[in-house]
Amino acid sequence: MKKSTVNTYFWSGNEACAEAAITAGCRFFAGYPITPSSEIAEHLAKRLPQIGGIAIQMEDELASIGAIVGASWAGVKAFTATSGPGFSLMQEGIGYAFMTETPIVIVDAQRAGPSTGQATKCGQGDVMQARWGTHGDYSAIALSPNSVQEMFTLTIKAFNLAEKYRTPVVLLADEIVAHMREQVSVPPAESIEIINRRKPEADDKAFFGLEEVPPMPAVGEGYNVVVTGSTHDEYGIRVTADPIPHRKLVERLNSKIQNHADELTDSETYHIDECEVGIVSYGCTSRSIYEVVESAEKKGIKTGYIRLRTLWPFPDKIIKELAETANVIIVPEMNLKQIFYEVERAACGEARIVPLNKIGGGEMITPEELFSKIMEASRK
Amino acid sequence: MSEAFSAQKYLRDIKPPFCAGCGAYTVTNVFLRAVHELGHEDLKKFVFCSGIGCSAWIPSPHFIADSVHTLHGRSLPVATGIKLVRPEANIVVFGGDGDIVGIGMSHFIHAARRNLDVLVIMVNNMVYGMTGGQVAPTTPLNSKTTTTPYGSFEHPLDAAKLAVTAGANYVARWTTINTNELKETLKKALKLRGFRFIEVVSQCPTAFGRRAGFKDAGEMLKWFKQNQIPLGEAERMSEEQLSGKIIVGEFATRKRTTLVETAYAIIKEAQAKVEKD
Repeated sequence: MKKSTVNTYFWSGNEACAEAAITAGCRFFAGYPITPSSEIAEHLAKRLPQIGGIAIQMEDELASIGAIVGASWAGVKAFTATSGPGFSLMQEGIGYAFMTETPIVIVDAQRAGPSTGQATKCGQGDVMQARWGTHGDYSAIALSPNSVQEMFTLTIKAFNLAEKYRTPVVLLADEIVAHMREQVSVPPAESIEIINRRKPEADDKAFFGLEEVPPMPAVGEGYNVVVTGSTHDEYGIRVTADPIPHRKLVERLNSKIQNHADELTDSETYHIDECEVGIVSYGCTSRSIYEVVESAEKKGIKTGYIRLRTLWPFPDKIIKELAETANVIIVPEMNLKQIFYEVERAACGEARIVPLNKIGGGEMITPEELFSKIMEASRK
Repeated sequence: MSEAFSAQKYLRDIKPPFCAGCGAYTVTNVFLRAVHELGHEDLKKFVFCSGIGCSAWIPSPHFIADSVHTLHGRSLPVATGIKLVRPEANIVVFGGDGDIVGIGMSHFIHAARRNLDVLVIMVNNMVYGMTGGQVAPTTPLNSKTTTTPYGSFEHPLDAAKLAVTAGANYVARWTTINTNELKETLKKALKLRGFRFIEVVSQCPTAFGRRAGFKDAGEMLKWFKQNQIPLGEAERMSEEQLSGKIIVGEFATRKRTTLVETAYAIIKEAQAKVEKD
């Protein structure tokens, strides 16, 4: 890669994601083959050893997420890539990473589920799994790319957030953005913001508390760090029954994300302060909105949209703003109303929320279908 | 070995969680003795990994060292990630039979196949002890447990044999009465590379022994003593004669290339290729 210039590539989403991981400083990948994410593993199997990194295919997704947790504690940035069925298996590891404050990135290129479903076809059915998939009280960070360019930029962002907050971050992609090819602009390396975990000072001992995001040592550095998925005190020592340390730990783990919801949420908006009809959209489905807004405006219907780049934490504030302006909000999704209810909740009754759902065969919601829904909704 | 052995030197001042008579005390003691005799003044060169269950609590949080107490069955995948990133770390995995060859069975086979450079100490108490004494893949046939009130109707697993088949560089099995053999084996294994598996058949008087017909830990140790057969002798015995026996000894010592060696050879090759291009 040449330095100090913007380079352009014609990459698939999966290639862009793999290259972005390298740019973000990732040096360890562990995964298990699954459509439609396998190209990430294939690309990294070639690229990581070239720069001294490790790419290993594990025996299953339980092992894949275990290995990246280990690698992260050994001091490197690590990630895995999967799809719905594998994402289900990784949930125990995601909970462990959350509890132990292990920065890792999980890419889920969604396909049509439940179960094996339609393995090669696009879906958006893992939205709620990304939020609530593991057990216990936790808070998730999940990003939603809608282009190959964003497979690059949001992968880097996912690593940055994981390192900054010491928590697992999910890049909730889908089959369409993973497999399609588009032009990607890669800015010069020195202009890309890269965040690394905060390392402890020599006499630091509290790696699991005292601060909102504590410093993180690596094993093998002589800190005698005790890592456990059991409830633990600030020093990592297991506390199996006392209610106070549990409250303190789990509340901090959640609040370190929830308190920064404004900073974490990110969306693209258009005319949300002057529209009759609003659209809340994300991922591949949002690729239809640009054309539709033009068509609707030609018909004299003021239309605005919020295109979510962050799904979790959910951007309540901006949805409320849109609801206060628009009479009706349409929520197109390639699932059966997963974000719809979130929009309804955040809108606080200020607007009528209308679902538009399509699943199966990887068929996207076309601009025509969305346009018809706008026409229909605006008449009521 | 300049000073006398003291386990306390390696241990945090935290009350051990094990029941009276538990074999985990023996395993802890013998392991730390082995470490001491190898000349380690502390545990700084080690990284400990464990899963869930009583035996997983041997290192975590008791050993003054880096320790990663992982999910049930997942200590070996986590150890894989650590070892590949830090090949210089001496990784020791502690786990029970349920953790290593029950829920973690697939990882166990694959770690042995890859010849992952870790020492696995599996404390086989033949039962799920922490959860109250349920049948395990290692429970002897006909043993009464809380989930086999009429006796176990499944054949137990021979984990050491499996480790040999899967490709481990070193495999041994002892019981908690063979403390000297166990210590020497640990010392040997700690100096070797690749996947090293030591099974320690151990007594759980609380959750297993009392239902299986042993009145205390001592009775269980007597049972080990009466039923253990050295490997050499066992090789001359029939399957029937060996039924219910505990075969002890060294099952394999070999020098297959290890995961760290093969993975880092690939990095070297890939980097050389890039430079050439």
